[in-house]
Amino acid sequence: MFNETEHTVFLPHDRLGALLAAIRAGGWQCVGPRVEQGTIVMAPLAEDEDLPRGVQAEQAPGQYRLGTDAKRRHFAWANGPQAIKPLIFAPQETLWRVARDADGRLAFETVMPDAPKLAVIGVRACDLAALALQDAHFLRKGRTDAHYGARRAQLFLVAVQCAVPASTCFCASTGDGPTPTVGYDLALAELDEGFVAVAGSAPGRAVLHALGLAEASPVQIAAAREQGDAAAAAQTRRLPGRDLREALMARLKHPQWDAVAERCLACGNCTAVCPTCFCHTEHDIPALDGASSRHEREWDSCFGETHGHLHGFNVRPDIRTRYRQWLTHKLAGWHDQFGRSGCVGCGRCIAWCPAGIDFTAEVAALTGASGGSGMEER
Amino acid sequence: MPHAPIDVGPPHAATVVSRVQESPTIFTLRLHLDDPDAQAAFRFAPGQFNMLYLYGVGEVPVSIMSDPEEHDIIGHTIRALGRVTRGLSALQPGDRVGVRGPFGRGWPLQDLGGNDIVLVTGGLGCAPAVSVIHYVLRRRARFGKLVVIQGVKHADDLIWRMQYEQWAKLPDTQVLVAASEGAAFWPWHVGRVTELFGLARFNPERAVAMLCGPEGMMRAAAESLLGRGLPETHLYLSMERNMQCGVGRCGHCQFGGAFVCQNGPVFNWAEVKDLLGHRGF
Repeated sequence: MFNETEHTVFLPHDRLGALLAAIRAGGWQCVGPRVEQGTIVMAPLAEDEDLPRGVQAEQAPGQYRLGTDAKRRHFAWANGPQAIKPLIFAPQETLWRVARDADGRLAFETVMPDAPKLAVIGVRACDLAALALQDAHFLRKGRTDAHYGARRAQLFLVAVQCAVPASTCFCASTGDGPTPTVGYDLALAELDEGFVAVAGSAPGRAVLHALGLAEASPVQIAAAREQGDAAAAAQTRRLPGRDLREALMARLKHPQWDAVAERCLACGNCTAVCPTCFCHTEHDIPALDGASSRHEREWDSCFGETHGHLHGFNVRPDIRTRYRQWLTHKLAGWHDQFGRSGCVGCGRCIAWCPAGIDFTAEVAALTGASGGSGMEER
Repeated sequence: MPHAPIDVGPPHAATVVSRVQESPTIFTLRLHLDDPDAQAAFRFAPGQFNMLYLYGVGEVPVSIMSDPEEHDIIGHTIRALGRVTRGLSALQPGDRVGVRGPFGRGWPLQDLGGNDIVLVTGGLGCAPAVSVIHYVLRRRARFGKLVVIQGVKHADDLIWRMQYEQWAKLPDTQVLVAASEGAAFWPWHVGRVTELFGLARFNPERAVAMLCGPEGMMRAAAESLLGRGLPETHLYLSMERNMQCGVGRCGHCQFGGAFVCQNGPVFNWAEVKDLLGHRGF
């Protein structure tokens, strides 16, 4: 946001409901933040539902606690455990089904998802960067994933600048935040009195136009810009570089892999909350009457025992090799595959790790970088 | 809904045309796609693989061993080991399976004219190599010497024994077979296949080697062949990983930054040598 060519308007706090109504009028169902089970989750919003106000999310290694924002802002939380990924890369879905007739003949058919128009309210710059990486993976030319693509085409994304980063955030060091720059339909920056708003697409412009908002003042725009800069400066964690491929692949026998394997439970939480992890299994669910079978895919984790399974042996039999696979894929393999790192600095893998393993601290220990991790908090 | 392309959509239905028991655990299925247009359009390169689907159970990746110019049949030689392959081994002619493919990159056969061809295979690694042997023999004048080196654990594990004996009698063709455990009337070497590498007769300056089998064996073969002066760029190997989707999407077959199902399974030595032998990749 904040580019010179785009019309920047001001949305008072009391017109946030009107914004959601205008989005709904465009045919989109709204998904947005809701407080559930002690976290911010992205959930379908009822028509008369207000977004939570004054909620903060305090995050630290292995810790996520909701707190209170004295300024009663709507988006004073950095992120919840999930955002866009499960909405388009479904955690579990049927890809195709097959029917078998009495003569044993097989008839296969694709099963496509019901993909309604969906607006996601409150996604962050890190989520948009992660979405771009998921798009690169699932919508590769000539290899487009129909199921992902069907849902992706229906998205309307309302991004919000992160003004209150969590202690686990390090998007400034990966270059992905905290202010959204691309990939949104609408972007908001929340000030005390309301939102600076800008469109990033034709549908976004149409929604803003319908609201008939006044232009944002230069003071408001400057305040939003400064707020983003301050949020970046406030981040305590960071990665020591944006291309760590060579550094990590030269350290495949580093003792830190053993050290982290001592603490890692191989639970797969990090891969489940990671907005760029794309691994999934495929398996069949035959019907009880034997006449048909569904072929499903389901999120998988490289920390699981079956991920590296080959007949006769397991490529990654222990936690050391599984953690190394995850980290080197994220920070090295992604460069080969998609031309950049697979980490967008959202910090979810740090907060949601039950053992409190700090991704940035592990990278710092592996690469010998100093000051990379905010370890003083632990 | 119209059928998506064979590789990204659901499988094509196929019928088992014949089944041959090659050894106590190894069998060959020859398949014909039920859709005649799909069968007519099916083309593959030796070294590529299909995903074979057993109804109600799931899919497995299996390399294609039939001749690429045999357009009415798709052949797979399979070892019955897991849930799907044991089920596939119970199939009989007339039974149905699903087929998706072909996937990945095969052997670079188009570019090898004028070279000696050295094939080093271990165990069932001979299956993806046998279509290379047929390819070379059918175009014999285009290639130099053909050297076939095959290792098995036990003499009884050697499938296609008659074929090896026939190939051994051909001019400019050398067949070296080793079994770690021999058996009565075993005419070949008893010991490790690595002990045979020194006997291979080829011109390292104009030879191409293709390796398929256990990674330890492939590394030993590579070391020996490179030691004899074979350029790295002339050394290829076929990698095996946990392929599930075949289209570089599910993530299980990653080897460093490569998706084995797409970027492989055949790699040039230089592409994989840094990670090969690193346990965990």
